[in-house]
Amino acid sequence: MSLTRREFIRWLSAGAGVSAIGGCATVEEAGTAGRVVIVGGGFSGATAAKYIRLWAPDIAVTLVERNAQFISCPMSNLVLGGNARIEDLTTSYDGLRKRGVRVLRDEAVAVEHDRRQVRLTGGTTLQYDRVIVAPGIDFIYDAIPGLNGAEAQNRILHAWKAGPQTLALRRQIEAMRDGGVFVFHIPMAPYRCPPGPYERVCQVADYLKRAKPRSKIIVLDSNPDITSKKGLFLQSWNGPYKGMIDYRPNSELQDVDARNQTAILLGDKVRGDVLNVVPPHRAGDIARSAALITANERWCGIDWLTCESTAVKGIHVLGDATLSAPGMPKSGSMANQHGKICAGAVVALLKGRPVFQNPAIMNACYSMVDGRSAMHVTSIHKYDPAKKTMVPVKGAGGVSPKASEQEGTYAWGWARNIWADTLV
Amino acid sequence: MRLASKCLMFALLGAGSSVMEAGAADPAYARSLAATCFTCHGTDGRSVGGVPPSLAGQNRDYMLQQLKEFKAGKRPATIMHQQAKGYTDQELEAIAGYFASVKAGPASSPPTAPASRY
Repeated sequence: MSLTRREFIRWLSAGAGVSAIGGCATVEEAGTAGRVVIVGGGFSGATAAKYIRLWAPDIAVTLVERNAQFISCPMSNLVLGGNARIEDLTTSYDGLRKRGVRVLRDEAVAVEHDRRQVRLTGGTTLQYDRVIVAPGIDFIYDAIPGLNGAEAQNRILHAWKAGPQTLALRRQIEAMRDGGVFVFHIPMAPYRCPPGPYERVCQVADYLKRAKPRSKIIVLDSNPDITSKKGLFLQSWNGPYKGMIDYRPNSELQDVDARNQTAILLGDKVRGDVLNVVPPHRAGDIARSAALITANERWCGIDWLTCESTAVKGIHVLGDATLSAPGMPKSGSMANQHGKICAGAVVALLKGRPVFQNPAIMNACYSMVDGRSAMHVTSIHKYDPAKKTMVPVKGAGGVSPKASEQEGTYAWGWARNIWADTLV
Repeated sequence: MRLASKCLMFALLGAGSSVMEAGAADPAYARSLAATCFTCHGTDGRSVGGVPPSLAGQNRDYMLQQLKEFKAGKRPATIMHQQAKGYTDQELEAIAGYFASVKAGPASSPPTAPASRY
């Protein structure tokens, strides 16, 4: 049967399946087909909430999110470069509310799966048939003793979750003297947004070149090399930013001296006027307390057909908290697509329908090298039944030949569309 | 009317097991494939600001031809030539069919739906 949807509908209206009409009467009554609780309203959790409501209005969805508004990590490096305002990256949760999602500004403290309930800070408990845990990342501070404690963490910022930290780091960079040194530490992969750190270097360089041209950037990368879009970033670093960037691979951080803005490496100390440290990541706290972590004490293994945890049946895990499939980056684009796979699967499972066995997902990620130009990396991933995971399609995907203003326009188009696709 | 049609489709799919094989001909599967495009082209192909372009309501044959030309490297692109190669011709047909079936319109201004209850 190879009907298009339009043909299918025409076929239906010609008389077939008329007996199904009665089944439609209850469709708009949310909750009759099940209750879903989603913990975390980032790219993956918010997308799952929207698409469950879009594809099955008879399922009740509650989204628990601690922030009042969604602030996008993608494009947030532009705030550091003075090329965007945080308001430009901020979206309200009202779009989800209009779709019938119950959005609670609260924090989940426990997933009590034996009782099928999520307990919130305020004491509320939410009952569910299926729960989706989408907590994003938290940082591993144990590995950096000098960063333990609120005072040190307020002084040495990560700005790897967009919001107040982004604005605070922007203020630190603005307050830096001309001729100062911005020291930036990158954790070992896997971390959120593989090209993100190198884009940040470009954005800070763009600002410094304009405002404090005698300043320098020292990049302390834990990784042995630039982990994403290497050739493209080097075009910028050896082009418009030539002489500004001192890139040091294999620079794993041992500790920091927060008072002196100093990074402590094996056998070396690097002092900056501003020190920006992105600590190593793991799945967000709630994933640990819900016993969902399966890999390296950090990440949550999932079945990629449903995004269901391999540790606990009936709990789905999405986004950066997952143990990424081979070649799959922790990105906003991927998280958005996890949300759709999961939404489709949750709808099918709650309605007793089979789950699709051959899902495809797409990654598209733009990096802005200044205020106007961008370059991309893209890949398509499909489920491999033999390997039981998603794998990149060979021969597909790739990167830009060079950064361009045309792709800068597409980068903003991508951003506006993914925000709307996730939240409106 | 559109909602009713959708309901019918889902209700029928639930009833008929022969169409549940997740082939490209299954409308819900076609939609899940097309959903990989929504990230950049907008939900159901209704793009915010029109960059990248809206796909909703596009002519099926025209769209399929463009996708195949991207895939073959015949139509110049910044990114689509790399992405189109990730899909089989059958999948591209399903995707083009889906967008053709969606009404063109402004991006995401969602209808006010009744709130989820507890």
